[in-house]
Amino acid sequence: MKKLNKLFWALAAPVAAIIFTLIFVSIILLFKGANPLSTFQLIASYGSQTDNIVAELNQTVAYYLAGVAAAIGFRMLLFNIGIDGQYRLAIFFAAVVGGATNLPPFLEVPLIVITGMVVGALWASIAGYLKVKRNISEVISNIMLNTIASGLIIYLLQPSRLGLKGKSSDNLATPMIPKSGWMPTFHIFGGQLYSFGLVAIAVGVLYWIVLNKSVFGFNLRATGMSFRAARASGVNAPRMVFITMAISGGIAGLTGMGELLSNTHTYSLAFPTGYALTGLALALLGRSNPIGIAIAAFFWSFLEQAAPALDLNGVPKEIVMMMQGTIILATVTAYEIVKRITRRQQQRLVGASEAPRVEAAEKGDKK
Amino acid sequence: MSNSQAGTKSIGNRLWKIITSPSRMMLTVGAVVILVSVIRQFTGIDDITSPGATGATIRFTIPILMAGLGGLWAERSGVINIGLEGMMILGTWFGAWFGFLYGPWVGILAGAIGGAIAGLLHAVLTVRVGIDQAVSGLAINLLGAGTARFLSGVFFIGKGGDVNISPQVNSTGSFTVPGLSPFLTTIAHKHILVISDIAGVFAGFVTKINWASLVMFLALPLTAWILWKTRFGLRMRFCGENPVAAESLGVNVYRTRFIALAVSGGLAGLGGAYISIVSTGNYLEGQTAGRGYIGLAAVIFGNWTPAGVLGGSVLFGLTDALRVRQSTSVHALLLIVISLAAAYGLTKLRKKDWKGFIINMAIAGLVLAYYMVNKVVPDEFVTFFPNLTTILVLAFLSQRLRPPAMAGAPYRKGEEG
Repeated sequence: MKKLNKLFWALAAPVAAIIFTLIFVSIILLFKGANPLSTFQLIASYGSQTDNIVAELNQTVAYYLAGVAAAIGFRMLLFNIGIDGQYRLAIFFAAVVGGATNLPPFLEVPLIVITGMVVGALWASIAGYLKVKRNISEVISNIMLNTIASGLIIYLLQPSRLGLKGKSSDNLATPMIPKSGWMPTFHIFGGQLYSFGLVAIAVGVLYWIVLNKSVFGFNLRATGMSFRAARASGVNAPRMVFITMAISGGIAGLTGMGELLSNTHTYSLAFPTGYALTGLALALLGRSNPIGIAIAAFFWSFLEQAAPALDLNGVPKEIVMMMQGTIILATVTAYEIVKRITRRQQQRLVGASEAPRVEAAEKGDKK
Repeated sequence: MSNSQAGTKSIGNRLWKIITSPSRMMLTVGAVVILVSVIRQFTGIDDITSPGATGATIRFTIPILMAGLGGLWAERSGVINIGLEGMMILGTWFGAWFGFLYGPWVGILAGAIGGAIAGLLHAVLTVRVGIDQAVSGLAINLLGAGTARFLSGVFFIGKGGDVNISPQVNSTGSFTVPGLSPFLTTIAHKHILVISDIAGVFAGFVTKINWASLVMFLALPLTAWILWKTRFGLRMRFCGENPVAAESLGVNVYRTRFIALAVSGGLAGLGGAYISIVSTGNYLEGQTAGRGYIGLAAVIFGNWTPAGVLGGSVLFGLTDALRVRQSTSVHALLLIVISLAAAYGLTKLRKKDWKGFIINMAIAGLVLAYYMVNKVVPDEFVTFFPNLTTILVLAFLSQRLRPPAMAGAPYRKGEEG
């Protein structure tokens, strides 16, 4: 019974958030003169078409890694909004290193992947250093670092530096990675499923084990719960903050790696921005739980793949962006409210069990 | 390590003393003017102090200043407003659409209201419900961008606009001070050392100034007056420093923060409306280009004071303006950096601080080498100049910065800490 109650409240928040979002979107759809029910049906049927599913799964992998990167930070109460800059700089340098070397596949692929992780971790550790040594909010420094990363990439992508003129007229790109640096794809449902998904699964498992079964994970969670208490019990808390930021950046550096290794084989400005917000949203939706994030990531990419269906129904597909913003706010709000309700329940339980004793004590006072 | 830290501390000390003492400030401004005019004469890049450059700087500064003041209101009341960018986007949209329908001044008002609504949403979520301030701000940025896109598709098509562009808005009009403007402009074109430079800059302030620039600029003295000279301002800053104590002394923290965030959003909305109505004359998707974040940077650069926010906005607006007008001007600005580093190094020599002397001379030498090798500063670097400056200020002057003590911290009525 107690467990059931706990489960109910754990699920109540995301479910309430999704219902709220659906209502909100329905109102907008009605306002546009579209039938909400048929639009949702259209989204569902479009998203579950077999040729779209593979694209969704590939996108899910990228979102999942961004979500895990954000979740690692969350465990430490770190808000890594720098995932965007970390991931793009990482993929850029990974593509440059991959394009400049031609080793056997069993060396080339790890080289590219590790380059990405190292670059992501280094870029994130700037924010980590500023946080630990200068007590600067990682949110502010990361926002600034994101813009700096964008500028750096455009600067370095110029043909006179590290880039090449792309296939289309002014789309700049890095040199092609040789075939030895390609990762195979699985042919299913008539699509190409990136094998990098296996790495993402490994990251998820590792995340769970390290966080829940290792001393390091224990220290990390302890520092996240109370910086001062962790410090008092001998954890080097500032060092934990710095390392967590770097790890989060390293995982962020894996985001988009599947796309690079199995599809484009080159970095261009076509790599999307905005993974930081998505990652944070997914970590929030999935409550930093590896499986929760995976479900949220699939849901997210399902929505995005189905967005074109909205255009067919006469609804601007930009509504998906509003939906995502609403989901974030609704989820966080719902969690906050649920937190308060359960706390009140606990207080009441404690109050009820203490009541007889208090009464007895009061009686004793009167005597 | 300890030595370099002492060095950075003294830079901060000096900057602070310069800013706080009028006579020192006059001396510094004078020195910078002479330096700039010598560099102008030497490089032959006359645009640095031309009336046109000043005018452009004003146009680029106002939106950043509005966002910065918005950030100042929010943070002084104890709430960090990362949603400034989204509020600005709403300002550009509402400004352009209502400006198109009912004239530019109504548009500016509508932009402020659009931003204020988003500011109130931020207040409800962070102050009432108590969710994380960064989450709320970022989601508002997403919502603002999505809403503007959606509304554009609904309203602009068939009215002379498209999904990402609004119909043209009438101008708010501008004024030129008769007599003074042509007089100063003539002097400016003579290129006399120092005199023409001062005349050129002043000419920019009296030539073709948009009425909207003037009106919006008033928000700066008004903010300074409200925050530091009124009872409400004192209470608001109290809420940012210690909400628990404020509440116990009878200040309604929730209501104060609601008002502050509505004003914060309204100011950001004004900045957005300025961009769409004055800078371009219509709404263009993505035209705020991260200025909300740069406003946030101006707040940090300005050490959470109105005058400082103005300083940051002018610095960031100036680099923006010079980049757009003539990228060689930015290159010439490097000479200022070189001169300042070298001069500072020489003062170290007087104190026999050899390490400081060598470090500063090395910086000057490196920048000089860069200056000699390259013809222009790459555009990409100029684009992120405000962001880089903010990181450097945070990294090296953080001991000198004094943010509101409880900005960003969650606060629930009746709960300690």
